[in-house]
Amino acid sequence: MATLAELCIAAVAEAFRTDREIIGTGIGPIPRLGVGLAKMTHSPGLMMTDGEAFLVEEPVPLGPREYDDRKPAGYLPFSRFFDSAVWTGRRHAMVTPTQVDRFGQTNLSALGGTHDQPKVQMLGARGFPGNGIYHPNSMFIPVHSTRVFVDGEVDRVSSPGYNPARRIAGGNYSGLEIKRVVTNLCVMDFGGAGSAVRVISLHPGVEFSEVQEKTGFALIDAVEGETALPTGEQLAIIEKLDPHGIRHKVLKDNPPADRANQGEAA
Amino acid sequence: MTLDKRLTPAEIVGRLRSGMTLGIGGWGPRRKPMALVREILRSDLTDLTIVSYGGPDVGMLCAAGKVKKLVFAFVSLDAIPLEPWFRKSREAGQIEVLELDEGMFQWGLKAAAFGLPFLPTRVGLGTDLIELGRLKTVQSPYDDGETLVAMPALKLDASIVHFNRCDHRGNVQALGPDTYYDEWFAKAADECFASCEELVPAMEEAHMADAKANIVERCFITGVTKAKGGAHPTSMPPHYGPDMKALKSYAGAAKEPGNWAEVADQFTGNDEATYLASVGGEEAVINIPLAIY
Repeated sequence: MATLAELCIAAVAEAFRTDREIIGTGIGPIPRLGVGLAKMTHSPGLMMTDGEAFLVEEPVPLGPREYDDRKPAGYLPFSRFFDSAVWTGRRHAMVTPTQVDRFGQTNLSALGGTHDQPKVQMLGARGFPGNGIYHPNSMFIPVHSTRVFVDGEVDRVSSPGYNPARRIAGGNYSGLEIKRVVTNLCVMDFGGAGSAVRVISLHPGVEFSEVQEKTGFALIDAVEGETALPTGEQLAIIEKLDPHGIRHKVLKDNPPADRANQGEAA
Repeated sequence: MTLDKRLTPAEIVGRLRSGMTLGIGGWGPRRKPMALVREILRSDLTDLTIVSYGGPDVGMLCAAGKVKKLVFAFVSLDAIPLEPWFRKSREAGQIEVLELDEGMFQWGLKAAAFGLPFLPTRVGLGTDLIELGRLKTVQSPYDDGETLVAMPALKLDASIVHFNRCDHRGNVQALGPDTYYDEWFAKAADECFASCEELVPAMEEAHMADAKANIVERCFITGVTKAKGGAHPTSMPPHYGPDMKALKSYAGAAKEPGNWAEVADQFTGNDEATYLASVGGEEAVINIPLAIY
């Protein structure tokens, strides 16, 4: 029986479906496994790194392995990452920001307080501002809640979104594209009028009302059905890419994909 | 002129001044010139503006009160994502910051290297970085008329980097899978000081076959010093990985006792030999396995 984590991995893979040759970056176990799954199935043009500096045609499995197990087919170190992947738009990244607002603006920098003295200092903007203006991005949120999907704007805008108030005249925003938000409850996109957030599929057993209740802004119900369960073929590939079962530790209690099966062993 | 650029770590730090802008090479807990950072921690230098893809270098200098201002895009220990000593300084409002995107950051180093006042970019548009960093925009003078962010040059008074090999003339070799922006830290600075795992008399005799690892030419290298194990507790591929045990202990100390003065000795030592001995010695350091990402 598939787990919710595995269903999310399959949903991530769907978000990365492409016929282009671009770098697929998934930060964190679920996004990374999803990109690998997309590459191994419907989107062979995707390019991935070993998490360090080399491009690999066979995604490196998660967790402990021998350093030299990866088979480099190419080279994409940080020292040329902006030249090759980010500033050319040849990339799609999935990240997990601390806050997201209705414009798709994200925060990875700090919470509360002031710029000089934040209440909680986090990582810093990292590459979010550049990623957001130059290439498509998606998000994975493991705990769908109003703490993440905030009312109003995020505390610090680390990556740009569809916020007309923050557009500068003459600025080129053509590279800004937020594709999908995959959470533990649903899949969302920004396909509503004025790039409003829509729920496009609910995970098995989840109601729209619950998603709305756990979101700090209004959502559009554009649900076309349940998020697809992973197929047997997909599950076999996921197992190969995650031989140590790191995916089982991402979501609390590792629930089954379908809530109807809650209580049964995953 | 002399092309003998060999200096001791103390001589290098002796050439730095309080109040200066200092770039530090490497990336997070990778390839950091920690032997030189420790030498700075043992010195009276203060009031520094630090420009760094931050790791424990930033955390330690913040904790020790050496930092007036930090120019950064992130500060992280990789497996320990948030750098606890840096967070303490920020949450106490002790340092000024210029927060940048990591691509803008290298763009600023490149502007400095080329003697330009700024380089244009789209990065920063639609984010808080522009207003908080008081960054300005420019308009393309061509028909497109595009409005772009003018990323100011990150001009460095000095920089410190850690290489795998140097010779006495400042010929360097950077091995390992990724050398990050060390080349640009060297070129953006008035003076760049390099520590190294191996100091050889003549690179062309010792490591001719690896000449392509010379990522920055010797005219950009002011001084060299040998510091085997000098990136510890950060990684220095292909020689050694990060010392996660030491990094965990360092991160833990931010909580308990939470006071740098009480633990400074443990993380800097009275001198480098004492420090390396305290973490098991050179041999132990160079045998730390490489990180798997």
